Amino acid sequence: MNRNRDTSAYWASFVQRWSGVVLALFLPAHFYVLSLSLQGAEVLEEFLHWTDMPVVKFAEAGLVVLLAVHLLGGARILTIEFFRWAKWHSNLILLAGGGALTCGLLFLLRAI
Amino acid sequence: MNQRLEVKLWLAHRLTGMALGLFVTIHLITMIIVIQGGISASEIMERTSSNALIPLFYGLFVIASAVHGSIGLRTVAQEVLKWKGKSLDILVVGFFLLLCCMGMAAIRGLMS
Repeated sequence: MNRNRDTSAYWASFVQRWSGVVLALFLPAHFYVLSLSLQGAEVLEEFLHWTDMPVVKFAEAGLVVLLAVHLLGGARILTIEFFRWAKWHSNLILLAGGGALTCGLLFLLRAI
Repeated sequence: MNQRLEVKLWLAHRLTGMALGLFVTIHLITMIIVIQGGISASEIMERTSSNALIPLFYGLFVIASAVHGSIGLRTVAQEVLKWKGKSLDILVVGFFLLLCCMGMAAIRGLMS
């Protein structure tokens, strides 16, 4: 078997797994922030002012990249498992990586 | 290990993954469109309360994320930490319930 394909499959699996862990652990914080509006719109507003800082925008763009890479990587896994398109393997990894970076960049360009 | 339970969890992970494929795509596109230089609480709340289908969409999104994230974390804990058994299952069910409660509170907050 092709060594490059093994390496790319390893990294695709690594990124898929750990992006999923980060996103799952981020969810309670995300839900908590959105539920701040239960205490009044001004409480949520105050938090959203804090997110206007450039460093927070970059962190948000990072989360967008993780979300997009997990989405596209997940689509790659489903494609291979359910449609047996294993020969497209490397192209799907490239698509997931490129698509995720594009989403993050688009988000950052719109956010700043 | 209960093989039937493992198969059911694998299937639930894949099915919620497919549903999340749609939900996350819509969420990503919406985020990139509406973020434009930052977003205010009133803008978010105006948008989320504009259509009766939005709470349904986010309700399903929360449940699918809670199922998918909890099963994913369980798999990682089993494979990376070699943690198996009832203690892990109890923690995962607790995490699932936490996500459901916090997610529903977030939706309630944004609809209020």
